[in-house]
Amino acid sequence: MLTWWRRVRVENEMLYLFLRRPVAQLAALAAFLSIMGALFAPLITPSNPYDLASFDILDSFLPPAWSDGGDPRFIIGTDDQGRDLYSSILYGTRLSLLIGLCSVAFAAVLGTALGVAAGYFGGRFDAVVMRIADVQLSLPAILTALLVDGVARGLLPRQQHEELLLVVLTVAIALSLWVDFARTARASTFVERNKEYVQAAEIMGLHPIRIMAVAILPNILGPLMVIGTVDLAVAILLEATLSFLGVGVPADQPSLGTLIDTGKDYMFSGEWWIVIFPAAMLISMIIAVNLLGDFFRAVLNPRLR
Amino acid sequence: MIGFVLRRLAQSVFVMLAVSLLAFAMFHYVGDPVEVMVGQETSIEDRERLREQLGLNDPVLTQYARFLGDLVTGNFGFSYRTRQPIGEMILSRMPATLELGFVSLLISLIIGIPAGIFTALRSGGLAAQTILVTTLVGISIPTFVIGLFLIYLFGVQLGWLPTYGRGDVVEIGWWKTSFASWSGLRALILPAITLGVYQLTLTMRLVRSEMQDVMNTDFIKFAIARGIDYRSVHYRHALRNSMVPVITIIGLQFGGIIAFSIVTESVFQWPGMGLLFLDSIRFVDIPVLSVYLVLIALIFVVINLIVDILYFVIDPRVRLKPEAG
Amino acid sequence: MEDLLTLRDLSVVYPTRFGPFTAIEGINLTLQKGEIHGLVGESGAGKSTIGAAIMGLIPAPGYIAQGQVHLDGMDLRALDAKAYHKLRGARISMIFQDPQTSLNPLLTIEDQLVETIRQHTDQTRTQARDKAIALLQETGIHDAEARMAEYPHQFSGGMRQRVVIALALCTEPDLIIADEPTTALDVAIQKQILQLIRRLAKDRGIGFILITHDIGVIAEITDSVTVLRGGKVMEHGQTAQVLGRPAHSYTRALMAAVPLLDKRLVRFTNIMDSEPKLSAPELSWKVAGASAEYASDWLLAGDRAQAGDGPVLQVRDLDVTFYGNRPFAFGARDGFKALQSVSLQVDRGKVLGVIGESGSGKSTLAKAIVGLVRPSAGEITFEGAPLPLGRDRARTHPARRKIQMVFQDPYSSLNNRRRIEQIIGEPLRFFGLAKTRADRRRLVASVLDLVEMPQRAMLKYPHQFSGGQRQRIAVARALVARPEFLICDEPTSALDVSIQAQILNLLKDLQATFGLSILFISHNLAVVRQMADDVAVLRRGQLQESGPAEAFFEAPQAEYSRQLLAETPSLAMLSATGHG
Repeated sequence: MLTWWRRVRVENEMLYLFLRRPVAQLAALAAFLSIMGALFAPLITPSNPYDLASFDILDSFLPPAWSDGGDPRFIIGTDDQGRDLYSSILYGTRLSLLIGLCSVAFAAVLGTALGVAAGYFGGRFDAVVMRIADVQLSLPAILTALLVDGVARGLLPRQQHEELLLVVLTVAIALSLWVDFARTARASTFVERNKEYVQAAEIMGLHPIRIMAVAILPNILGPLMVIGTVDLAVAILLEATLSFLGVGVPADQPSLGTLIDTGKDYMFSGEWWIVIFPAAMLISMIIAVNLLGDFFRAVLNPRLR
Repeated sequence: MIGFVLRRLAQSVFVMLAVSLLAFAMFHYVGDPVEVMVGQETSIEDRERLREQLGLNDPVLTQYARFLGDLVTGNFGFSYRTRQPIGEMILSRMPATLELGFVSLLISLIIGIPAGIFTALRSGGLAAQTILVTTLVGISIPTFVIGLFLIYLFGVQLGWLPTYGRGDVVEIGWWKTSFASWSGLRALILPAITLGVYQLTLTMRLVRSEMQDVMNTDFIKFAIARGIDYRSVHYRHALRNSMVPVITIIGLQFGGIIAFSIVTESVFQWPGMGLLFLDSIRFVDIPVLSVYLVLIALIFVVINLIVDILYFVIDPRVRLKPEAG
Repeated sequence: MEDLLTLRDLSVVYPTRFGPFTAIEGINLTLQKGEIHGLVGESGAGKSTIGAAIMGLIPAPGYIAQGQVHLDGMDLRALDAKAYHKLRGARISMIFQDPQTSLNPLLTIEDQLVETIRQHTDQTRTQARDKAIALLQETGIHDAEARMAEYPHQFSGGMRQRVVIALALCTEPDLIIADEPTTALDVAIQKQILQLIRRLAKDRGIGFILITHDIGVIAEITDSVTVLRGGKVMEHGQTAQVLGRPAHSYTRALMAAVPLLDKRLVRFTNIMDSEPKLSAPELSWKVAGASAEYASDWLLAGDRAQAGDGPVLQVRDLDVTFYGNRPFAFGARDGFKALQSVSLQVDRGKVLGVIGESGSGKSTLAKAIVGLVRPSAGEITFEGAPLPLGRDRARTHPARRKIQMVFQDPYSSLNNRRRIEQIIGEPLRFFGLAKTRADRRRLVASVLDLVEMPQRAMLKYPHQFSGGQRQRIAVARALVARPEFLICDEPTSALDVSIQAQILNLLKDLQATFGLSILFISHNLAVVRQMADDVAVLRRGQLQESGPAEAFFEAPQAEYSRQLLAETPSLAMLSATGHG
């Protein structure tokens, strides 16, 4: 118990600042609710939007329950297929968050490993990694994602492509984000590797992998955490954009982007709810993540390290 | 100076080679060009002849060399989808995208830089806080949602501005410009704002954080301690120093603008390269995709080369060697 | 004569999350025209806060809680922000510590000088320019007219500090606050800059507030001095009197901790303990069976070579060359020779002091010995056998255990994310000196005891300790490897003098107890004198002379050594008055 408290006290500056910033608390709450909603979507929604049998085309275009012609079964109305919008949104959030988190995790592992190694070894390895990063950087995120998707379409038979769509999408987004991690990890490692504790480990003859993993990595987690949070927002945004462009998630598993894409056609004819609610969900989720990123940046201040 | 530029040039050439290799790999390994070009009833012999004609039986390296040669000489081949020469297709679409990107960049710089300075210098004030929160929201709203919202408000509800296409364009040589007609300019407003908002918030936040960093340096504290006018401290001393990193990022941003124009063009049915690219993705029109890829990389590389040279002009530490000892 | 500056009962408070923190409290001070008044004290004494309070530039959220600041009878606290800013430069100016960072890198020296001059006078550009040239010449920059068109990075450190002084002078202020103006400089340049300040005070009648941690600097040029500790004045008066016959016990303790150039002490005595007091539970926490004696026995166990067995380490004709980037994509790279045919040896059980200024290659020497840097020529012999150089040294080579190092900066030499137990336990684990976790715990606790740290420290993280405590932990980490040979690279230069004295005492004790052979690197001649049996002097990568320490300090052979000894601020006048 005492040791545990000691551990907490190491980070207590963060805790202290967090407790003094209502905006950060609000953002954390919103992020927490989104994650909970996504996690328990099947338990807290009346119907499964992926199950064709669970909705009826006769229920299509029903407005929210509180307005004229609303149906109490559908709190915020239905879409053009008669799906319950509330359920669709939670399932869509689930999908968006899943793809976002997986792609950021993938990008973080790949980028950090390459970045730390490049920063630690320097020389040719560093040059090669950084030139690859240059190439990646010359192809903006959305372009990379679209290209990976396009190539996958060309390479895989249609059926298989549909099945692997989520994986392709995750990889596509991850490929466009790894450079952020690699560059940050490399820059931070450069700073750390010249510190004397790393030299002390080298003098002793510790294995480079142990030096990188045990000595350096824990010391550069701060800036990486900031990048991770910011990139999670970018990943969610990218996924929504790709789905909106019709090259993202499969049509029978709508994400928030797909819902907005579907809804935009009805925006002008008065069925505003089909586009407004998914958009509101998407935006508030991204805002929450970005606010948290801002908080981490202010607390960890990677620039000043 | 020459050594510096040469080194950068060598790096740029490397990037271009790598991207062209990527494009070639796409072209070569994704789908079979012959299959796409011929009909169902073409005989195997005919296919083989076509294959030979196209040089698809040559060694891979020869094919890559030819691919490179074609790129350099501007011989980009034909689209699978429209059968048109790709060079012409892209060239006819390019002005629309470049004009849109240029105006968006202008918006993001003209508003973003002053707003960044303001929020950096008055970080405690109410106005600065409001701007900051607004930009956080701005950075969080996907481009396509902003586009839809603008269309809904100014197009549908208020009916002030057109919501799709370029309006009337005027041809100057092969370049079709929106700038020369009233209708063209009106059509440009909404897409340019849509595309500019995200870049604007990025610019602003970047200028702000750089400026704040510089304001904390010793030389700024020393300038204040010498009683230098605050106006000069802020604009002559601090701003110039914070511009060095800002310029780099703005260079990177222009590539982002061209890429994100894909989304904006899709929302506004803007007849630019982005829309062409999206159509090509849907039809797996690989030759167009690979040429587009190379082109984007080229734009990026050229802009970064310009940025490097600007660096050279702005920062004496890059330009002049220190004295020995 | 009217006082130039008076501070009455001045207090500055910073609100923090632990409650208000009083940085300075009840400060009284008077300064005449042409007087140099020193503010001396260790870190946290509030020296710089006094400077900031006079400038009216206390960083938010700090504020002046009470007291008065008068300049020439004018109440500065009554001024509004605008009027105060007009005063800065015009009447009060400032010199910063680090000339590397205090000039705007994007403007030429001329731009910065002319702007400052014209800010406060109605001169034309040409007039201002002429004045700038005159000032640069006065501060000792040759060929001023041509050089002022250059940018700061084109000047060397000492030259930059002259430019900084010219900038502070160019508006003809009555008062200049110099905050550690020579700390970042080598002794030779320090001496010149101090002489310049002295001359300016005398010729122009400028009053100086000189903030420093270095008693040598105080003794060298100040007329009067205020000794501060924890934001309070301990003692003030004429320099000769305060330093010569210190009245306050703190001043005496501080003086006793300053290493003397002309006298070798067996041990520093009468040291004030400036570490925070430990609570009883903190001290009574023990690992079973752990004690300083246990550590001591463990370290002494086994057969070790005895003193007098000949040299433990020999370096012969060592060259180290660093290569920068190629100027072009092709072509030869410029080589920088960090060490040129350096030969020296360390006798078993003795301490070799290596003296050198920045850029002398003294740290490169240490890095070459431990294998971090690969020499381009020469050889290193350790215990009679040649040491593989650079990366050729296997990770399992026995020298990796037998040669240990204590670094300069205790804030960077301990991994902040690991507990002290893990940090000190790492060598035990890696070299297989203690197999089980319980053994390691016992040894870690014992070694902590040996370096006079509470055993409970092993549960904490480095950031919970002060610089001096961290350096003890760093020494403990080096000790547990059971080294034969210890390299100390500026082990005390980042520490306050009283802490420095404690660490030097510790190293002396350990050296005596365990018969360690030590390579002791420092730029500070007085510190080397306290530690070394033999001395080697490096300059720009070349060995100037080497030999027994006492002979060296009595009569240095090389011209450079004599110069170095002469330029080091001396407390001669103090030792004459029976200090110690």
